[in-house]
Amino acid sequence: MAVIPVERKPLSLAERTYLPQIAAGLKTTLKHIFQPTVTLEYPEQRPTIPPGYRGVPTLVFDPHGREKCVSCQLCEFVCPPKAIRITPGGIDPADPAAHVEKRPQEFEIDMLRCIYCGLCQEVCPEEAIFLQNQYSMTGYTRAEMVNNKQKLYELGGTLPDAHFKWDKKKAAEEHGNAH
Amino acid sequence: MTAPAPLTDSFLERVPLLVRDFITGWFPEPIRWVVAGLLAALTILLVFATIFALLTLLERKIIARVQNRPGPNRTGLPWLPFTEGRVFGLGQPLADGIKALTKEDIVPRDADQVLHFLAPVVLVAFSLMTFAVIPFGRNLVSVDLDAAVLFFFAAGAGTELAVFMAGWSSHNKYSLLAAMRALAQLISYELPLLLSVVPVVMLAGKLSTTGIVAAQAGWKFGFIPRWFVLSPWGAAGFVIFFIAALAESNRSPFDLPEAESELIAGHLTEYSGFKYALFFMAEYFGMMALSGLGVTLFLGGWQAPLPVLEVIPSYLWFGAKLMLLILLFMWIRATLPRLRMDQLTRLAWKFLVPLALINLGNAAFWHLSAAWPGLPLQAVRYAIGVAVIVIPFFLIGRRLSAGVAPRTYRYAP
Repeated sequence: MAVIPVERKPLSLAERTYLPQIAAGLKTTLKHIFQPTVTLEYPEQRPTIPPGYRGVPTLVFDPHGREKCVSCQLCEFVCPPKAIRITPGGIDPADPAAHVEKRPQEFEIDMLRCIYCGLCQEVCPEEAIFLQNQYSMTGYTRAEMVNNKQKLYELGGTLPDAHFKWDKKKAAEEHGNAH
Repeated sequence: MTAPAPLTDSFLERVPLLVRDFITGWFPEPIRWVVAGLLAALTILLVFATIFALLTLLERKIIARVQNRPGPNRTGLPWLPFTEGRVFGLGQPLADGIKALTKEDIVPRDADQVLHFLAPVVLVAFSLMTFAVIPFGRNLVSVDLDAAVLFFFAAGAGTELAVFMAGWSSHNKYSLLAAMRALAQLISYELPLLLSVVPVVMLAGKLSTTGIVAAQAGWKFGFIPRWFVLSPWGAAGFVIFFIAALAESNRSPFDLPEAESELIAGHLTEYSGFKYALFFMAEYFGMMALSGLGVTLFLGGWQAPLPVLEVIPSYLWFGAKLMLLILLFMWIRATLPRLRMDQLTRLAWKFLVPLALINLGNAAFWHLSAAWPGLPLQAVRYAIGVAVIVIPFFLIGRRLSAGVAPRTYRYAP
């Protein structure tokens, strides 16, 4: 790196006699008194969340209301602090989503361990787990801080996504290969 | 003080005395003076305790605004209509008071129990005593002493004792260190404080506060008040007085005895609950008393700045000037960082004391040249007065930093 020599100028007379400098400081603070506040009154006013914000990890439904997670457990595997625990489960053959073969029986994210790194979202092949805008997780007990499957879907909701890859796969199986 | 109000004054001016005479009228003649004294003490206590409560909020508000925050605005007064319980956090002092009262009062096992208890009491008592000699209005002085200025500083010196009592009795090394610092600081600044007051006493020819206010009465050319601050020696004296007052009342930038960041609040470390609140109160009382003295000695006391404004009663003028000075105290606290211990003492002994001494000579010159005839000669007199204080200010100010600044930096080769 280049060396930048900083010239130390000798102090001017005003700088060496304090009082003018103190007056200048007072002027600066006076200016601030009449400026608008830069703070938010938190519970009533909320900060605007920028796009790409990594909040609490959540699970999402697709627009048909099918849970997108297929419990492949990649997120559980990649999670650096091991905050995710998935119990895989099958799907009832009578279910309209039976062709997806698997869904999580239980999905738990321990928010006391989660470091909001977003690797689960990055690794998910089904685009089922997202770190959304929720930034405030509080609870009185350790158990409260573990988000179960129901809570995760409540937080996540439905995201507009029109791939429907499992439906396309089913259609291709039934009507011959579309590719 | 039981003299009746002179009838030449306006009604508003006489109201406080009429109220006093009405109340003392219930008592037999021999004890009226006792009742009048108690009444004055009670009024001072109530008025200044209320102002103290509001000042704590105001100070937090001002410091918050300087930092672009809104400051306390949650604690409202729920019984006030139309406010939805939020009036600029006006309930904050009340909430603070209740908290301080109900908090557990912890006394360290090894502390000197008696001294530890006495320190805050003594501190508040001494700071309250100083209010006795300040004339709050034309007829409003609780004790009109002939040596009022002397009394003020004698009582004010008692607060130093209280601070050391607190530091010593806490049996805590930080408290003791802070008390040592406080003593060094308070005694150092007592000197410039007194020396800046001496010219006022010299020119007024009196030690009585009411006499000094009376000496500042009248207007030059009918509109320039004859306040001491408007003369060269008075302006310089006021600046020195104000700086020393900042240090005497342990306010930033001279808040070394408390110094949260280095001495964990100093002599206040082992105090909690209401005793801590008493210390806090005493600090504000000290600040208000010194501001009041500054107003009395330099800013014309309760005098109105213009003849037409004399319709406003004198105690309101005094209050306005007092508030102005206190706001300046807060503004400075929000602006300046704390001094280092050596800088602090150097400022007092090498800068303020010599300047105050020179100012003494300046005042003497002003007094001797009072009879110079004609406007041009008066202008020369004014110019000499300014020069006598400004030139030494620059010379001493530059000498002060010689050898200290600019710093030389040595780097490893």
